[in-house]
Amino acid sequence: MAIDVSQFLQTFYEESFEGLDIMESGLLNLDGGSENSESINDIFRAAHSIKGGSGTFGLNAVASFTHVLESLLDEMRDGRRQITKEGVNLLLESVDCLREMLKASQGGDELDAQRIADVHGRLEAMWGKKEAASPVATASGADNESAASEANSGWDIKFSPFAYILKTGNEPARMFRELGELGELTVTVNTDKVPDFSEMDPDECFLSWDLKLEGNVKRSAIDDVFSWIEEDCDLKITPIASKPDTASQPAAASGPTAAPTSASARSGGATAEAASIRVGIDKVDSVINLVGELVITQSMLSTTGEAYPALQAGLAQLERNTRELQEQVMRMRMLPVSFVFNRFPRLVHDISQKLGKQIELKMSGEQTELDKTVIEKVTDPLVHLIRNSLDHGIEMPEDRRAAGKPATGTVWLDAYHKGGNIIIEVKDDGKGIDKSVVLAKAIERGLVDASVHLEDEQILDLIFQPGFSTAKEVSDLSGRGVGMDVVRRNIQSLGGGVEIRSKEGEGSTITVRLPLTLAILDGQTVEVGTENYIVPLVSIVESTQIKPEMLNYVAGKGETFMLRDEYIPVIRLYEIFDSKPRHTDITKGLLVVVESDGKKIGLFVDDLLGQQQVVIKSLETNYKKVDGISGATILGDGSVALILDIPGLIRLSQQNCNTDRLKMSA
Amino acid sequence: MSSILAVDDSASMRQMIAHTLKGAGHDVTEAGDGEEALGKAKSGKFDLVVTDINMPKMDGITLIKELRALANYKGTPILTLTTEASADKKQEGKAAGATGWIVKPFDPDTLLNTISKVLK
Repeated sequence: MAIDVSQFLQTFYEESFEGLDIMESGLLNLDGGSENSESINDIFRAAHSIKGGSGTFGLNAVASFTHVLESLLDEMRDGRRQITKEGVNLLLESVDCLREMLKASQGGDELDAQRIADVHGRLEAMWGKKEAASPVATASGADNESAASEANSGWDIKFSPFAYILKTGNEPARMFRELGELGELTVTVNTDKVPDFSEMDPDECFLSWDLKLEGNVKRSAIDDVFSWIEEDCDLKITPIASKPDTASQPAAASGPTAAPTSASARSGGATAEAASIRVGIDKVDSVINLVGELVITQSMLSTTGEAYPALQAGLAQLERNTRELQEQVMRMRMLPVSFVFNRFPRLVHDISQKLGKQIELKMSGEQTELDKTVIEKVTDPLVHLIRNSLDHGIEMPEDRRAAGKPATGTVWLDAYHKGGNIIIEVKDDGKGIDKSVVLAKAIERGLVDASVHLEDEQILDLIFQPGFSTAKEVSDLSGRGVGMDVVRRNIQSLGGGVEIRSKEGEGSTITVRLPLTLAILDGQTVEVGTENYIVPLVSIVESTQIKPEMLNYVAGKGETFMLRDEYIPVIRLYEIFDSKPRHTDITKGLLVVVESDGKKIGLFVDDLLGQQQVVIKSLETNYKKVDGISGATILGDGSVALILDIPGLIRLSQQNCNTDRLKMSA
Repeated sequence: MSSILAVDDSASMRQMIAHTLKGAGHDVTEAGDGEEALGKAKSGKFDLVVTDINMPKMDGITLIKELRALANYKGTPILTLTTEASADKKQEGKAAGATGWIVKPFDPDTLLNTISKVLK
């Protein structure tokens, strides 16, 4: 039967990546100096599984790489090899290599063959053995049979199993059947040792056999038949033609080898494997989508149903059930943030070594759950924030001691729920941010006017302005041209926000606020003519009706209005979306002031309607990308409302200003 | 057709074994560690057990010892899945009461051939 093993590869990749994560965190644990036999067992088991699977599924390069790794780990596990810092570092590098190799074979990613060969070589050097042959290639049966034994007319076999043979599940009858398939078999039974019936134990074997196997049969084929029990019997195999004692199996006497006393794997392992099934994300998304449709249908029904009092109770129940269903389904997309956090111990380990700093990472709230997409998109910003803390926050050990702090700096990473949002905090006890430096820099860069008085928070907030960087020189780690402005923009594109607090000499805290999910949005419905639009509630600062004297036309800024001491550009939604409004007179309608990236604009609308949770439908997948629109939703009455993309609208308003400026200079 | 208990902590290996054996018409029950396997073995009767050795919670060696202590599994064939690197593991399995072993890596045909040997 031909079975294509490649169909199991996907599962193998998934479990191997999980295994590599386990290895990595286990190795980092070892690195922490804790003598932890549980850790080393976990690491070994993961390597062992990857090796077994990669061989079975035809990934021979991975198998031979893991073979050396496993052998090293085996020695460490048995205490035959000291666990050193260099050893752990090399093993960590091996984990990276394996990850790269698996990714390459999974998705055809680039493979740094040079590096892998290098690490492989160093592993072998450490192991102290150069095993040329890959473990996959070594065949079990020795093909070193002499020509003499090759050509013969058959074999005499004396087979006396030990009494316990049946208890191992090995039945002589099976072996005779197998031998019978190799050639002509004659079986003679010896019953000499059979005791009296009264003393007989039915589970024991008292028989022995003389077998004659005729035909051109290879010795190795016979060895194969007896291979499982060669330690459990007296066995003599001789060619029929020759004298009985020329070639014989030196089996017998040894008996079963004593089992090594210490069982290798401990029970009650720390691997808290949750009872779960793997489901493709597309399946989950289609369920979420359907539930979204159901929510819309339900809200259409309740709008229509208002006229029918008899339906009220049922509709109310439908609403409750739908909401609950929706919440539960959303949870299916949620993953613990540990998926992101788990990579940070390694990051901190590597970077602190590189910088020569002593840094401890303390994490909490890893089990807090977030939408899978949010998790994926927040990873890079978080890496950036942590790198900043390591690079610019935590001081060198001698500087810390001089400042009266412990030489080892600490970075805390914490995740928790707060009012329908998830908060992720990156905190360090480093040198903090020098506000005067920040302010000077911002003035120098023209980000802020020297005459304006700014509060401390406002000064710190300047860090998030595009074109700002406080690093004295661009280091290898941070300052890769990606500034905090990108971090803020990425987080805002997820519907979240980021804030910074800092105290000089004591450290900084960066707070990232994220929505639980990207599938639902708290929105304010606004009306422009006959159209409804949704404004994300998080971006609304206030809504106001303005008087003619507040209005201004500022050169280079277009139409603006004065809100307290700020000039805020006005965007007339009906102009952008080319619809027919009820009001074109700005004093008749309403201005919804929204904010993004620290910039405010006023959206001119006819009226505010209700606030509601809306299910987000992608415009790009169903239609195409439209500037100023982030998506669409279906309202209770069945009509479609567009969801406004506030950062996009702000960019649009800036472009408009630029064209105005061009017009004026022309 | 026989009923077979396949024990391995690696999901891909379990899938491969189960798929292969089911394809040959056998009834396959899967378990991800020794503890789970023992529970399943107690609540049913299998004609054959195929088990990995290195597993979390309860390893294969312990599982074999526990199974052999059960009246129902005194003479049931039990095969271990071992890697060549662990030659002593074969014997450790044997000493615990295993019938024989299948060497990892193995292909589906090897698995079927070996299994057909021990099944009556």
